[in-house]
Amino acid sequence: MTTAPATPTSTRTSTPTSAASAEAALTPHQDALIAGFPFPFVADRYRYSTNVEPAGTSVPTPAGQWGAAVVEVDVEYRAELAERAAILRRDPGRHAVLPHMHAAAWDTLLTLLRELAAAHPDRMRLTRDPAGTGARDGWRWENDLLGVVQEFTYGDDTTLPTEPLAWIAGQVQEDIVLLDQRNDSLWGDAGVVTFAADWSFGFDVGMSFLEIHGPVPRLREMGVITRAHEFLKRLQPHQPYRRTNWTLTIGRRLDVSTELYPEWGPDRAMIADVDDATFGRLVHLRVEVQHLIRLPESAAICFLIRTYLLPLEQLATVDAWRLRTAAVLEDLPEDMADYKGIIKYRDRAAAWLRAAGPGR
Amino acid sequence: MIATLKLVVTAVEDAARDIRTVTLATPDGGELPSFVPGSHLVVECEGPANAYSLVSDGVLPEHYRISVLRVPDGAGGSRWIHDLGVGDTVSALPPRSAFAPVATATKHLLIAGGIGVTPMLSHLHAARRWGRRVQLLYAFRDGYGAHVADVEELVAALPGGCVELLSDRAALLGRLGEVLGTQPLGTHLYVCGPGAMIDAVLAAAQAGGWPASRLHAERFGVDALDPGEPFSVTLTGSGSTVDVPSGVSLLDALDGAGVAVPRLCRQGVCGECRIPVTAGTPLHRDLFLTDEERRAGDAVMACVSRSLGPTLEVPL
Ligand code: FES
Repeated sequence: MTTAPATPTSTRTSTPTSAASAEAALTPHQDALIAGFPFPFVADRYRYSTNVEPAGTSVPTPAGQWGAAVVEVDVEYRAELAERAAILRRDPGRHAVLPHMHAAAWDTLLTLLRELAAAHPDRMRLTRDPAGTGARDGWRWENDLLGVVQEFTYGDDTTLPTEPLAWIAGQVQEDIVLLDQRNDSLWGDAGVVTFAADWSFGFDVGMSFLEIHGPVPRLREMGVITRAHEFLKRLQPHQPYRRTNWTLTIGRRLDVSTELYPEWGPDRAMIADVDDATFGRLVHLRVEVQHLIRLPESAAICFLIRTYLLPLEQLATVDAWRLRTAAVLEDLPEDMADYKGIIKYRDRAAAWLRAAGPGR
Repeated sequence: MIATLKLVVTAVEDAARDIRTVTLATPDGGELPSFVPGSHLVVECEGPANAYSLVSDGVLPEHYRISVLRVPDGAGGSRWIHDLGVGDTVSALPPRSAFAPVATATKHLLIAGGIGVTPMLSHLHAARRWGRRVQLLYAFRDGYGAHVADVEELVAALPGGCVELLSDRAALLGRLGEVLGTQPLGTHLYVCGPGAMIDAVLAAAQAGGWPASRLHAERFGVDALDPGEPFSVTLTGSGSTVDVPSGVSLLDALDGAGVAVPRLCRQGVCGECRIPVTAGTPLHRDLFLTDEERRAGDAVMACVSRSLGPTLEVPL
């Protein structure tokens, strides 16, 4: 974790005027991140909505596609898992499993391993009863990307090196929140969240879904949250859904949790004083792809949050993204910009994108 | 998203008088989708689909098992199941959960009448896996006791678990007062059986001061997928009429007629598929429209909602 804003994956410098013509300068790593970027805006105007849709269908973009798998693995896989491990070592409070969520943690583990194995059969394999003894709760997991081979017995914590939810969080880039359903409500009773955008899992654990979303402006009035709550309560297994959310983040910084505010909060003032080239390199469009899964054995809801970051200078290499993002930022109402924490620099971000056009 | 499952009958057994247990598997013997305890399988019989509780273990099973009581004057689903033989194929929707255990419960008190024992079996499988505390009261008439050996074996493996077999509803109701009054704090009650028995158990629990949030009942013949009444839509734009049969959504019927309506969730949540209504009364089944909008009656969510009357008119 760097304390100064930085873009470790960006090796070139560019000015806004050269951004659109800079494609040739992108590294293969950057190309891969752009190709898989889940660009979130479907119109020039963005408002909150219960924008859920069935998961697992590929969405083509001008640069590539996203969304074919529920659990995506990309070129940042090892780096992000190493970062998560470091955060958990520093702050174990990012991981919590209330005792009644034990079965749900195992259910999550098996569900996500199956998703990984199905999406990446060349690099990850899950085998049932590997010894061939008829023990149907025996499993072997092989992950070539991490060099991991792990045998375990479903439901038996002593067969894993760590608590099951913590262990599976070491195999997927997604943050995980588990919601228990009881008394007609949903409760955030377990999770591993290391890449939170301006919230704190340690603070929210054990709270109800409606309490967790209490501070969002406009949402209450529009009934978006209560509708989402009703929807989730009826969600059935084997019908995963997804939605996207977005904000801007300064620097390629995954962990912008409330706990670390003293580290990243000052960037919002600092960004006003940087030159245009630095602005385009530092300001990132941050997109969360959230998956909603009713776990098939425990009936808990597994809420996966996958975070993607793309600096404006790379976003602008795709002209349709550049124009649409500028339009959305220009149109965004003050209270929403304020809630997202981008009010101080969203006008400049919009202007930067407008100026980055090929025709300038 | 798993669509319809194609299953093969691999075994048929008589579980008790008039009760047939059918074992289903995939044609290639592969793993089936896991299911939550208390789940049912919606089987496409001839005519309307029927929901049957799964009586087997739910973790990536190699087979599904259902036990069906033959109802001679029923809608026909049970007779159709009873006529199945080994090797026959069956279509089913993936298991649906509507009677799940509560993770925070200190204990599950399961009360079953007759064929109402079926959803309790998957509860017992899960209780054994996770070491949950359970007590089962099971009432059935002589000869009609299905899965008695199964429940006894499952409960015997549980610390402090117990099964009581009772000869009829009167015996059950006689035992109820004491059982309801001696449960540990945080016990949740699950009841399944004939409607009158469920009502009697719930009434006794309420009279005993049990809060509604700790009572769970599964009634037969009720399923989340209400197919709705057929109706027709008049499209004033093209002057044509489209039939919406029972079990088909307005959205799908319009698709079939070449009228594309935007959609995302197909669950009445996202608001994408809203279409205006110029005549007729919508039967709203969505979660999107406000009460005011519903009362106005000038819009309908095509993915889930239907028509109260025989026709609806839309300006498409
Ligand atoms: S498709 Fe979402 S409300 Fe109909």
